[in-house]
Amino acid sequence: MKKIAVTELNSVFRAIAENADLFLPVKKSGQTDFCKWEEGDKVDLHKLKTTKSAKNAFFPQIQDLVKFQVSGKEITVEDPALPDKKQVIFGVKACDAASFDILDMAFTEDFPDTFYSARRENTTIVSLACNKPDEACFCKVYGIDASEPKGDVVSWIVGDTLYLQPITDKGNALVESLSDLLSDADEKDVSAVEEKKAEIKEIIDRLPYSHLNLKGFDGEHLMEKFNSEKWGELASACLGCGTCTFVCPTCQCYDIKDFKTNKGVRRFKCWDSCMYSDFTLTAGGQPRPTQMQRYRQRFMHKLVYFPSNHGGVYSCVGCGRCVQKCPQMLNIVKVIKVLGEKKDNE
Amino acid sequence: MNREPLIPFVAKVIGITEETPDVKTFKVVGLDGKKPFEHIPGQCAFLSMPGVGEALFSITSSPTNKEFMEFSIKKCGCVTEWLHSIEIGQQVTLRGPYGNGFPVETDFRGKDLVFIAGGIGLAPLRSVINYVRDNRKNYGKVTVIYGSRSDNDLVFRSEIENEWMNAEDFNVYLTIDRETPAWNGHVGFVPNYVKEVPLDNAATAVLCGPPIMIKFTLAALQELGFKTDKVYTTLELRMKCAIGKCGRCNVGDKYVCKDGPVFRCDELNELPNEY
Amino acid sequence: MQGIEKAAKQRAEELLNSGEVARVIGWKEGDFSYDVSPATFTKENVQDFAYTPFCGANLSKYLIEESKKEGKTAVFLKPCDTYSFNQLCKEHRINRDNIYVVGIECDGKIDVDKIRVRGVDGILSASDDGENVAVNTLYGEKTLKREDLLLEKCRACKGKKHMVSDELIGEEKDDAPRPRFTMVEKLENMTEEERFAFWKKELSKCIRCNACRNVCPACSCVNCVFDNPASNIASKANADSFEEKLYHIIRAWHVAGRCTDCGECSRVCPQGIPLHLINRKFIKDMNGFYGEYQAGVNIEVNAPLNSYDVSDREPKDFDSKE
Repeated sequence: MKKIAVTELNSVFRAIAENADLFLPVKKSGQTDFCKWEEGDKVDLHKLKTTKSAKNAFFPQIQDLVKFQVSGKEITVEDPALPDKKQVIFGVKACDAASFDILDMAFTEDFPDTFYSARRENTTIVSLACNKPDEACFCKVYGIDASEPKGDVVSWIVGDTLYLQPITDKGNALVESLSDLLSDADEKDVSAVEEKKAEIKEIIDRLPYSHLNLKGFDGEHLMEKFNSEKWGELASACLGCGTCTFVCPTCQCYDIKDFKTNKGVRRFKCWDSCMYSDFTLTAGGQPRPTQMQRYRQRFMHKLVYFPSNHGGVYSCVGCGRCVQKCPQMLNIVKVIKVLGEKKDNE
Repeated sequence: MNREPLIPFVAKVIGITEETPDVKTFKVVGLDGKKPFEHIPGQCAFLSMPGVGEALFSITSSPTNKEFMEFSIKKCGCVTEWLHSIEIGQQVTLRGPYGNGFPVETDFRGKDLVFIAGGIGLAPLRSVINYVRDNRKNYGKVTVIYGSRSDNDLVFRSEIENEWMNAEDFNVYLTIDRETPAWNGHVGFVPNYVKEVPLDNAATAVLCGPPIMIKFTLAALQELGFKTDKVYTTLELRMKCAIGKCGRCNVGDKYVCKDGPVFRCDELNELPNEY
Repeated sequence: MQGIEKAAKQRAEELLNSGEVARVIGWKEGDFSYDVSPATFTKENVQDFAYTPFCGANLSKYLIEESKKEGKTAVFLKPCDTYSFNQLCKEHRINRDNIYVVGIECDGKIDVDKIRVRGVDGILSASDDGENVAVNTLYGEKTLKREDLLLEKCRACKGKKHMVSDELIGEEKDDAPRPRFTMVEKLENMTEEERFAFWKKELSKCIRCNACRNVCPACSCVNCVFDNPASNIASKANADSFEEKLYHIIRAWHVAGRCTDCGECSRVCPQGIPLHLINRKFIKDMNGFYGEYQAGVNIEVNAPLNSYDVSDREPKDFDSKE
């Protein structure tokens, strides 16, 4: 394990940014999001939930796919270059770190998304344990440990010191490249980190949503959950905006659009939302005409369809962004509580 | 690393046939003049014009056609309107094939087959019907029931009358919704006609057409004693990627683009009714 | 405030039990005081009705759909919500005959983000004594001044009077409207470069989630131009920063003269963009050009952009600096 004073971190960021695009939680106009770091940026490592999740680093909101030139009856396809720049994403919390495994299932299994895969390959993830989880966190429900997140390098902030533990080869290489700036952690440091982990675990254990019951959310109960009469009430205030989808670390739906420019036609992929009315609209009809159906689709996908297709893995990591960001305060927890089974002691 | 699956290649339209006032059939080859790729009957491909958009169509030609691919397309949106305006020699982009296709080499083998289509719904079935015709010995008796709004709206009319009607052990029944002066055949809706023509309920049925026709035809077949695990249909939902990622065609734990578009009715009964 | 909540809940129950209305649109509490959702109540679930300092949501827009339903719908509207309601009636979006408006007293509503921004994390519940808000968190108790926590729209409150109601619950205090153009004036006094930098910084946070549009009572088009694939500016396309900027400006133009300054756009923005400032600039300019006008006050009065008078200022009269 290595360590560095938090106040010295800028030297680490500078060193990383020399060889790679460095993504960090940066505060701009009052909001903190993962941004490509530039000297002078206001880094906000303590921010528990960036507004947008860290998925942007692999699955950006806009991804150019291909460019076309059209001349008379002829078309030329200009294949794009795959992203080949090394990336480091620093300060990823446990929930977002776990979301990458879920996105991998969607994007790297049959017909791999080459842009996503290339970025995944080129990126080193430095995760950071959550010192102050909040009321909306429920990562524990999905077996995620906020005191020990996944990542190529895991880090902890204890007092004024950041501790770094490389886990993978990529992580070792990164830490190695920073060896001039980092010092070795001693036994006292290791026990300080252990204490911090225990403290985080204790907080997590008493979070109000840490003990939600997901029993019954599986492929076996697909039609039962789908046909529940509760959906109407759950969805009645839904505005049909895409906030929940766009702040969600696991939402993966996209649209493909053409944009005519004076240098040809640009075809790009962009985030889309199953909450939007035009998502499934065709010239022939609309299979989900009501907002209730669209709302139901989003949660059925996360809690039933996705686990049914991926060995029981839910497409939710309990980050709680939807809990805090929905304009009308509708969220996945309310769905789980209303549609789920009660625990024996309730 | 593999090529990005969402990037198409360029193909060329070498023939355009006007089937009906709003349906045209496009013959497509690669820029090398050869058939772009192999497929299974029932599979689909994306055609696009950069700047207009990309849309998924079922491949109308049979895999036994080794020279080119055909797409029969009804004018009903941006991309289709553009396609209806083009001339021979126009290049388009193409990617595919997508989807599961019909089980022509497994479940259909040796079976009596009943094809029931309405309107443009015959387009995806034409691929499998011609495949069966070209591999005649592998299948039993074939019945085709096809209906349209009027005689002017019947697609592939010359192929139906000159080839299907003369094929060995092929029975073809045509119907139109409302009487017209030029028509002396059957008049009536497909679901009703299904109950009038001689059918063996042990046969395998394949349906394609507008949702309302599918709904009533399924009821008719059930009345005739067809089992749901012997009835196939093909679904059409909005799709952007066709590789199970963009999320549009997700119904229950299935993606119509990769798990379908061909489904057995007993499979559909297990899914939410959102198609 | 608890007295008001009790009275409102009792009234909701009476309206439902007597059969006067088929449903009541109100608010429902969640798990942490701040997570209040708009909700539809019937006899079966009216016990969940709540009216708390976190009921900032304007319920008027829901009435577009509710007023099409069989039977009467009762709705609880705060003073500022009644402006939106009036405006929607004026635009024939709401069938007024099917709605029973219960005007409800309001002392200003609290913005949970303003609690969080003050370093208060892990909010479990909050209570309000009119002066201070006591917040119970995972990490201890905190007391904050209520005035500092008000929603942006409440800091620019138009007054405590309802513009329309069939009955009232609570008092209608005679408070003067609060000044609301201070920030607009500040922006006007900036240089063009400074102003551009301000908006660039704010709008570049936009994630094109459309929450501002979907919540906006003035955005009631059945099919929005940003949802029309043929328009080439379809919503989520977020093709580049240019389009991102265009989106909010087009929306502001489209609601100009109809925007009541209800402030919902800024309340719901997940990125905290002060979108209301664009609309307020339009309101301020129109007031200057055509005389004072507040959308939603009176449904009989023609809006400045919907009426023409030979004395109206012509485009050529406008100084390019304005």
